Amino acid sequence: MVANVNELLAEGIAALNAAADSQELENTKARYVGKEGAITALLKQLGSLPPEEKKTFGATVNQAKQAFEGALNARREALAAEKLAKQLAAEALDITLPGRGHRGGGLHPVTLVQQRIESLFRSIGFAVADGPEIENDFHNFEALNIPKNHPARAMQDTFYVESDGEPLVLRTHTSPIQVRYMLNNEPPIKIVAPGRVFRVDSDATHSPMFHQMEGLWVEEGVSFADLKSVIVDFLRRFFERDDLQVRFRPSFFPFTEPSAEIDVLGARGWLEVGGCGMVHPNVLRNVNIDPEKYTGFAFGIGLDRFAMLYYGVNDLRLFFENDQSFLQQFR
Amino acid sequence: MQFSEQWLRTWVNPALNSDELAHLLTMAGLEVEENEPAAPAFNDVFVAEVLSIAKHPDADRLNVCQVNVGEAEPLTIVCGAPNVAPGLKVPCARIGANLPGDFKIKRAKVRGVESFGMLCSGDELGIPDGVDGLLILPADAPVGTPLRDYLQLDDRLLTLKLTPNRTDCLSIKGIAREVAALVACEQTPVAVSEAAVSTDVTRAVVLGDAAACPRYAGRVIRGVNARAATPMWMKQRLERSGVRSISALVDVTNYVLLEQGQPMHAFDNAKLSGTITARMAQAGEKIVLLNDKELALDADMLVIADAHKPVALAGIMGGAATAVDDDTTEIFLESAFFAPNVIAGKSRRIGFGSDSSYRFERGVDFTATRIALERATQLVLEICGGEAGPVVEQIAELPARPAVNLRLARVARVLGVDLPRERIITILESLGLGVADQGEVLAVTPPSFRFDIEIEEDLIEEIARVYGYDNVPVAPSAARLAMLPQPGNLRGKSLLKNLLVARDYFEAINYAFVEERWEKELAGNDQPVRLINPIASQWNVMRSSLIGGLVNALKANQNRRQDRVRLFELARVFNGTTADTQPEKLAALAWGGRHAEQWGGGKDAVDFFDVKADVEALLAPRSADFKRASHPALHPGRSAEVWLDGRSIGVLGELHPRWVQSYELGSAPVLFELDVEALLNVARIEAKPHAKFQPVRRDLALLVDEAAATADLLTAFAGMKNPLVTNIEIFDVYRGKGLPEGKKSLAFKVLMQDTAKTLTDEEVEAVMAGLIKIAEQSGAQLRV
Repeated sequence: MVANVNELLAEGIAALNAAADSQELENTKARYVGKEGAITALLKQLGSLPPEEKKTFGATVNQAKQAFEGALNARREALAAEKLAKQLAAEALDITLPGRGHRGGGLHPVTLVQQRIESLFRSIGFAVADGPEIENDFHNFEALNIPKNHPARAMQDTFYVESDGEPLVLRTHTSPIQVRYMLNNEPPIKIVAPGRVFRVDSDATHSPMFHQMEGLWVEEGVSFADLKSVIVDFLRRFFERDDLQVRFRPSFFPFTEPSAEIDVLGARGWLEVGGCGMVHPNVLRNVNIDPEKYTGFAFGIGLDRFAMLYYGVNDLRLFFENDQSFLQQFR
Repeated sequence: MQFSEQWLRTWVNPALNSDELAHLLTMAGLEVEENEPAAPAFNDVFVAEVLSIAKHPDADRLNVCQVNVGEAEPLTIVCGAPNVAPGLKVPCARIGANLPGDFKIKRAKVRGVESFGMLCSGDELGIPDGVDGLLILPADAPVGTPLRDYLQLDDRLLTLKLTPNRTDCLSIKGIAREVAALVACEQTPVAVSEAAVSTDVTRAVVLGDAAACPRYAGRVIRGVNARAATPMWMKQRLERSGVRSISALVDVTNYVLLEQGQPMHAFDNAKLSGTITARMAQAGEKIVLLNDKELALDADMLVIADAHKPVALAGIMGGAATAVDDDTTEIFLESAFFAPNVIAGKSRRIGFGSDSSYRFERGVDFTATRIALERATQLVLEICGGEAGPVVEQIAELPARPAVNLRLARVARVLGVDLPRERIITILESLGLGVADQGEVLAVTPPSFRFDIEIEEDLIEEIARVYGYDNVPVAPSAARLAMLPQPGNLRGKSLLKNLLVARDYFEAINYAFVEERWEKELAGNDQPVRLINPIASQWNVMRSSLIGGLVNALKANQNRRQDRVRLFELARVFNGTTADTQPEKLAALAWGGRHAEQWGGGKDAVDFFDVKADVEALLAPRSADFKRASHPALHPGRSAEVWLDGRSIGVLGELHPRWVQSYELGSAPVLFELDVEALLNVARIEAKPHAKFQPVRRDLALLVDEAAATADLLTAFAGMKNPLVTNIEIFDVYRGKGLPEGKKSLAFKVLMQDTAKTLTDEEVEAVMAGLIKIAEQSGAQLRV
């Protein structure tokens, strides 16, 4: 009898392992340990056996049942794992396909450079100022100590706008922003003024509309040494080169004195990147600031030129053609 | 200004090489733009004399020359130059010579005749002279001398880019003065002595307008040979200064201008009559100038006139009628000072200027008038011969040079560096400024050759320049700390831009001036702000809308085969010319696919509602009203005016089919344009009490007329003002099967929530009943 039990168990376990899916497994389970199952039947026979046999045979059958159930559970888990593995395999994606939806546009390189410079100057307390692009003579020339017969005022240099009253121009620099700011604010004044400016000039290296960023610091005790240190600091942070060579070369502008051109040493020698100087006392007087009490410096750079240097763009005209295939680089 | 380095070194010769000299000048504010050799490198070329020539036996165009190069035996050289002739002095490259272009001279047979060198043209030596053939040297050129030495070819040409204030450096004399100040070395100016007067012929001079011309000197020189050749050294210096040699008399005046900085003029004295007067032009006067241009003179133009007529436009150009020519035998030499403000602006007005006007309008040393006249006399007598008459000169009130006070403390304050008093005084005096030491203040008198020193800052700049900008220390600046304001109800423009970038737009930058047609057609603007002098005739007005530029950029991108274009621009527009009529706008254009073409995605074209979502995102958290309105650029049925806080802040819509056709765009882009100011203002967020109870959702399907506006229903619902309703949104629009003709079904999601408790069914039903009532009052039917 015991031998029969073991035979039955072996047969049952074989059947379990042969079950291909959970349905078949459950059927097999029923065949052996279900109500009418073969192992269940053996247990039912126990009552009819003599007591000593009952004990040993009972133990044998119970062991067989436990073994069967152990095998059942193992097979169940195996089938579940198999099923999951199949599902996962079936659900696998080509994860190398690109993502869907918006891929993102991009800011204009001149804007990117403008934002970069603004944040550098904000970090040392400079505010950002703005102003109109059609300006009058006072804000664009007169207040800036530019004399009446200065060549910059000629029609071949400056755009004039039809006007019933005073002569109006498209601002030729962002300096009028500084003039307006100084008229409306008391020192200490620390601003940068970015914006579009206009000059009658159009060729491979000149655009009739381009972008400038000017800076101004007017306060008691601001000196030429401060000008140098702020500009050198700015250029080294902008180009991320601590060893960048910067030189200041004497020059002439009507609105600053002393005046200087700013050069940086590049791979092909010195490169002019901007102009600067101490604000001319006449300019301060024109905006009701006492030049005896306050001194200040101003500087101006070309944002388009800085964008060209920063990104290695070699043709200024690309900035104004709005060719998406060019703009796509600046995501 | 271009000049020869060797010429400068005859006046001042610092122990600096050419590069160091250029650097010195550049760092003192006299930028050396170019520093070029006068001639390219070559060697073994000598002054030679052609002794004889004979036809080449086998070549018609070649000559076999016997050439003296300063050795006992002449060299045989085959030469093909058309101008070769016995007796000429020419350059000869000997065997072993290396000419420009890496051209090596070797012993060679030319058509069977051995040649021991080459006679050279100017072109072959890299010093073009415009002659077809050999470079002909002066008859007195010493045979056997290396050509580089004879022609001083180891010279360099320096070009200064002078700032407009440094007129005093527009001459060898001026540059030498500056160099001497910068390196503290001796000057060796050319010696000028008064010419011996050998005739008493004179011409009277009158100052007709003493303010415009306060000094005028002249003299007659008789018996000059106008055909005399300009000496080679003078020709060379003129050419190396970029001035063409014309004739000895004209060359002398140009030479003195370059050397002394004083513009000169030589009249043919025989063509003048009577007294010379420097006066303002009179009505109706005309003059033909040296460049053959006839000019009607204005009353504010200073002229030099004789007894009958103007003979020169003072300080700008002489007249053709009184010009010297080859037949001239007597001249009247002019050296004068004209007031800068009288000359300034005139050359611009007449459309041309001269080396003279360039200097006079900036200021010429009014004490050097006489020296320059003597220098020119000396040179005329030397080159053209003749007899000099006495100098006739009239002097009125010359420009004043008041002392400028310089406070030593101010120098330190402006420069940020404390210079010793002695250093400051030394610098000022080295530049020719007079210094009276008065303790803490120096009284500084500018010299007559400086026209740019009027205030203390002018002096501080001079001190800084000579001290060296490089020597001003660079140390981090100290400043008072003050934070910048950060208004909580304003957001930056960069936030708007970034939002559009995240939605696939690229930033464009268009010109602010546009075609008038765009303004008229796309902005309905018949009265745009106009430019008087546009860069190109089609870009003649200022834009009042950014739409034209974006449409134009779309067209350009289509031409470059882009199949999807999304651009935005944030810029000022010009509704008028005053500061408050130049507001900033933000506009965008979308054309092509809703998404970039990609796998598994729909290929739908972008439409009104895609772009409306972009507008709504820009406005969020506020929501605008979209009202039907007509805009000249947009499709009347597919456009909306955007209203916020009771005012229109912009438009949104498809480009009008008319413009799609006339601008040849193929299909319509969707555009918007909004006021930037309206987008920047947002209320500071105030958090609401957080609701801990579950929200309840009910849906509401309504049958409405096809023409009904969804917003009208939403507005009506909002009018209920029930605090339990937290949100009502449309989530479906259905047309077609199962609905009556001319109707559509709108499905709304209604969210309700109480902050204090869970809502009861009764409360929810009451809200829904209220909404249904409102819907029915609005003409909708509950769809069941």
